Amino acid sequence: MLDQSQSAPLLSVSGLEAHYGDFQALYGISLNVHPGEVVAVIGANGAGKTTLMRSVSGLIRNGAAQVSWQGKQIGALRADQVAHLGIALVPEGRMLFASLSVEENLIIGAQAGRKGPWNLRRIYDLFPILEERRNVPATDLSGGQQQMVAIGRALMSNPELLMMDEISLGLAPVIIKSIYEALPGIVGEGLSAIVVEQDIAKALSVSSRVYCLQEGRVSLEGPSNGVSRDEISRAYFGV
Amino acid sequence: MDWINAVVQGTLLGGLYALFAAGLSLIFGVMRLVNIAHGDLIVLAAYIALTTTVAISGLHPLLALVIVVPIMAGLGYALQRLVLNRTMGGDILPPLLVTFGLSVIIQNALLAGYSADPQKLQAGALETMSIDAGPLTLGVLPLIVFATAVAVIGGLQWMFYHTALGRAFRATSDLPEIVQLMGLNRAHVFGMAMALSLAVTAIAGVFLGIRTSFDPAAGSARLIFGFEAVIIGGLGNLWGTLAGGVILGIAQTLGAKINPGYQILAGHLVFLLILATRPRGLFPRMNG
Repeated sequence: MLDQSQSAPLLSVSGLEAHYGDFQALYGISLNVHPGEVVAVIGANGAGKTTLMRSVSGLIRNGAAQVSWQGKQIGALRADQVAHLGIALVPEGRMLFASLSVEENLIIGAQAGRKGPWNLRRIYDLFPILEERRNVPATDLSGGQQQMVAIGRALMSNPELLMMDEISLGLAPVIIKSIYEALPGIVGEGLSAIVVEQDIAKALSVSSRVYCLQEGRVSLEGPSNGVSRDEISRAYFGV
Repeated sequence: MDWINAVVQGTLLGGLYALFAAGLSLIFGVMRLVNIAHGDLIVLAAYIALTTTVAISGLHPLLALVIVVPIMAGLGYALQRLVLNRTMGGDILPPLLVTFGLSVIIQNALLAGYSADPQKLQAGALETMSIDAGPLTLGVLPLIVFATAVAVIGGLQWMFYHTALGRAFRATSDLPEIVQLMGLNRAHVFGMAMALSLAVTAIAGVFLGIRTSFDPAAGSARLIFGFEAVIIGGLGNLWGTLAGGVILGIAQTLGAKINPGYQILAGHLVFLLILATRPRGLFPRMNG
């Protein structure tokens, strides 16, 4: 593993306070992702993981200085502007476009027009089943296949940071396994990633650093192979 | 034979109603916006065409479309970006109220600008030309209107399923929030939808003005016909909207055949009957 402490962070979240109307969901979250790094974000339901993803992606807009990207303050940008910068989100629940075919869902992912290694051909090589079913309405696929489309759609934008929110949620273990087996092939080319998971073992196995959220705060931060089970359960449940 | 004639004439009239309705159907489909000012915008387009044909004397109203369509499209984009987008995203009531207000403003502005006198677009010989099809006599203008309606709806349908803009429209209709993650500016997508809607409205307005006289208050009836065509056909289905327009047109001409006073009533009754038996319309494509 490269020593990443020297490099400037790609993404830097500092003192993030996100609200849904009057309800405050995040209380001063700080998190860094360095180039080429895979960071795991774990935590119980309602800990604020999805809110964090929505804030970084611009679906929730915050103070400009609360999210920085390559040194530039982006916290107040709209989601479409954030997408153009090279930050892609695989949203919780997959959120495929039902009126679009599998292929159209992938093509619209490239709408931002960023150049890079990912194109339809490479997505189909990564997930061959999608090529077979390219003309089917995306939401007619099985859950696992839909998740492949959602990941492929995000990759089509040739992001520098790929954020995956609960990609194993509601899927059979064998499907989860196959999707996670594809992950090294995805992040192997210098792509950075944030993996949000409830499955702690999965999250730790694919990441180099881990953040645990609890009730809108960071309760634990450390190297994925250096945190103990006890530390995690304390940070996870607050006991 | 009179009855067959009434059905054929009603079908052709339905083309005009489909043109009234296509723009409504489009924006409802893309952004769930109900535009109460749609009828008044049709009438506004007719007045812009009138001014164009006066300013460039001798210009045929159909050629005026070259000017009216871009003006209305630009107006639609500006209206959406500057006004309507601010009302969207939560409750359906604010956009409804704002477009209602817009309707009042357009009517009164037209009244102030053009007076209440009925106006008409002069299309010369085209207005009275006809061709004989066996025992039937078909007006050339109604045929052109119908053919245009088919072309417009076919064109919109093609755009929806074969272009990047159409893909953006469908995706926005499905998940208006998630579509932003694809780098699409939702405000711009909505603006494009309204621009397209009012471009169709421009065509509808010019044909309306050639076919009948119009005055600043003529919009509300056109709005009702447009709504009825959309709902009969089923929400979000453009070909359904054409079918809805045709059904409405046939109902009106058959009603008029029984008694000229029944024309409008017959259309409304058929609409009510369909609404009562098939509340989602005949060919629904989406859940309201």
